[in-house]
Amino acid sequence: MKRMLFQLSLVLVLVSLVIGGCAPAATAVPEAAPAAEKTVIVEVEKVITATPAPVEEKLFRIALVLPSTTKDSAFSQAMFEALMKVQEEMGKDKLEVAYSESMFKLPDAAAAIRDYATQGYNLVIGHGSQYGSTIAEIAPDFPTTAFAWGTTVNTFQSEGINNVFAYTGTSEFGGYVMGVVSAMLSKSKKIGICGPIETGDNRNYVKGVLQGVNESNLGATATAIWTGSYSDVTAMATCAQTHIQDGADVLHGMSQAATGAIAAAKENNIYWFNHQYDNSSLAPKVIVASQAYDFVPTLKDMIATINAGVYGGKVYTLTLQNGGLEIRYNKDIEIPADVMAASDALLEKVKKGEIKIPLD
Amino acid sequence: MGDLFTLPVLLGIIYYGIRFATPYLFAAIGETFAQRSGVLNLGVEGMMLMGAYTGFYVAATSGNLWAGLLAAAIVGGLMGLLMAVISVTFQATQGISGIGLHILGLGLSTLLFTTTMTGVATIIGFPSIRIPLLGDIPYIGDILFNHNVLVYTAFLLVPISNWILYKTTFGLQVRAVGQSPQAADTLGVSVKKIRYITVTLGGVLAGIAGASLSIALINVFQENLTNGMGFIAVALVYFGAWRPYGVLLGSLLFSFVNAFQQWVQLKGVAIPADVAVMMPYILTIVVLAFSARRSTKPAALTKKFERGEA
Repeated sequence: MKRMLFQLSLVLVLVSLVIGGCAPAATAVPEAAPAAEKTVIVEVEKVITATPAPVEEKLFRIALVLPSTTKDSAFSQAMFEALMKVQEEMGKDKLEVAYSESMFKLPDAAAAIRDYATQGYNLVIGHGSQYGSTIAEIAPDFPTTAFAWGTTVNTFQSEGINNVFAYTGTSEFGGYVMGVVSAMLSKSKKIGICGPIETGDNRNYVKGVLQGVNESNLGATATAIWTGSYSDVTAMATCAQTHIQDGADVLHGMSQAATGAIAAAKENNIYWFNHQYDNSSLAPKVIVASQAYDFVPTLKDMIATINAGVYGGKVYTLTLQNGGLEIRYNKDIEIPADVMAASDALLEKVKKGEIKIPLD
Repeated sequence: MGDLFTLPVLLGIIYYGIRFATPYLFAAIGETFAQRSGVLNLGVEGMMLMGAYTGFYVAATSGNLWAGLLAAAIVGGLMGLLMAVISVTFQATQGISGIGLHILGLGLSTLLFTTTMTGVATIIGFPSIRIPLLGDIPYIGDILFNHNVLVYTAFLLVPISNWILYKTTFGLQVRAVGQSPQAADTLGVSVKKIRYITVTLGGVLAGIAGASLSIALINVFQENLTNGMGFIAVALVYFGAWRPYGVLLGSLLFSFVNAFQQWVQLKGVAIPADVAVMMPYILTIVVLAFSARRSTKPAALTKKFERGEA
């Protein structure tokens, strides 16, 4: 009997639970509402039918493939920080970012680029001029994915590929201004340059420095040593030390390996001018100025262009005029007023297009 | 071109040649011991990277360069021990396990760099010590006797390791194990023990080699700081015919040519920069090719040892 009662009560409990579970939710019922039961049903029905279909804000997804780390104090860090800024502005719910660091081996980078495209990222950036042929090979397989690479002006449109953006910088003009400034600051009138590989924006920057030093008419000379590597920190360090031993008292350099040269400049208390990234915090007493990339406007425009249904074919040129490149002076170093005045005047000339720097 | 062959340029080449021979010397002498006992350790590069990272990180956080150096030596030694476990106890193919350790060192040092450091930083490394009297000799004093403690140590290591290899019982055992492990075993020498010691020692010196870059010569840590120096060190052991003085010669030659090519560019000699950069590597290949015949390679190098096997 007891068992029968138990089973009966169990069934009742289960039935009530099922009925309760199937009943419409009553959470929206205002307690003070008149004729509660009727109103509830009407109100609930109304709410359900009156709610407009949710507008699905599409999540934009960007993947970034970098040759070095996001903390390289150079080209990679400049792009990574710009992307983080854009994400901060748009919100993480609107912009998803994925990245692969240290992709200095091309097969690894190619695998990462293809993998991101397969995963449906809207924009895949191969941040290095070494990734060009890889992107040209992969892009045609994913016509609705946008790709970008730089520094270059080649979007491969001439080869029938329409989903690749390119970006480049007119680094020579900043090099020119900083070349003149370095000649003015140099006492020995010997300026040394440590470059990684003589190509792209590094080559152009050095061309600018050489012309700037030459046209400063202060009797200064500048010479460049190329280490043949973007990552050989030791070679950069010996480069700086060789220049210093030769009597140079102002140095220029760029790339992630430049940290070795900057350490040498710091040790010998020699002025340093940097290209690509503002790393004055690395050696606040010797880094006079940096020509830094700002990729934020470029990234924003790429996103807008892709959202408008265009996946490539555009070349972005980052300049001192459009803010894609910026000369940032280190506030910890007191620069003579006449030098700053000369720098401002030259910048004006650059912006007006009055300075010509042949790159051939 | 005329500017190139001047006294200041020559002094500059010698000074930086000596200074930057340091990491090669530490790593290559350590590798000499390992190879002399029959173990080819291709993981030197990875051990150097871990030594460079650990040395820099510990020195930067503790403010003590010696603590950094000690930590680098310990980490290098542990990686050497791991190499010994893999190649001596488990008898894995030495070349492959060495490459594995290189990849481990590269990946781990990069991971630790990106996770434990906010970015690239510099450090004030070991200062130069001018040796009294000798340092005052005109020209020579500055280039030979005004270096930091690790440069002097690296050069002192050459006669010390030569003495150990050729004048001590331990050295004789190392050479015997590398030449004929079966014979050494018959005479009561523990082949495994000797190989464990030499490979671990090689790791310690590789760790110090890495630290010599990050806290004494360049004073910065960055991803892949050694950039292939560990592999050059392995080549220098062949170059030096498995002898410490041969390794010294190779290290200096490589380092001098490296410094020379920078002066070639600086003085505007009409050689493309790419060709200039290749000079030390071309020279290494040429010398290796010509020295191959006269070299006295340890007979049991890369060969596994199992007691009872002929």
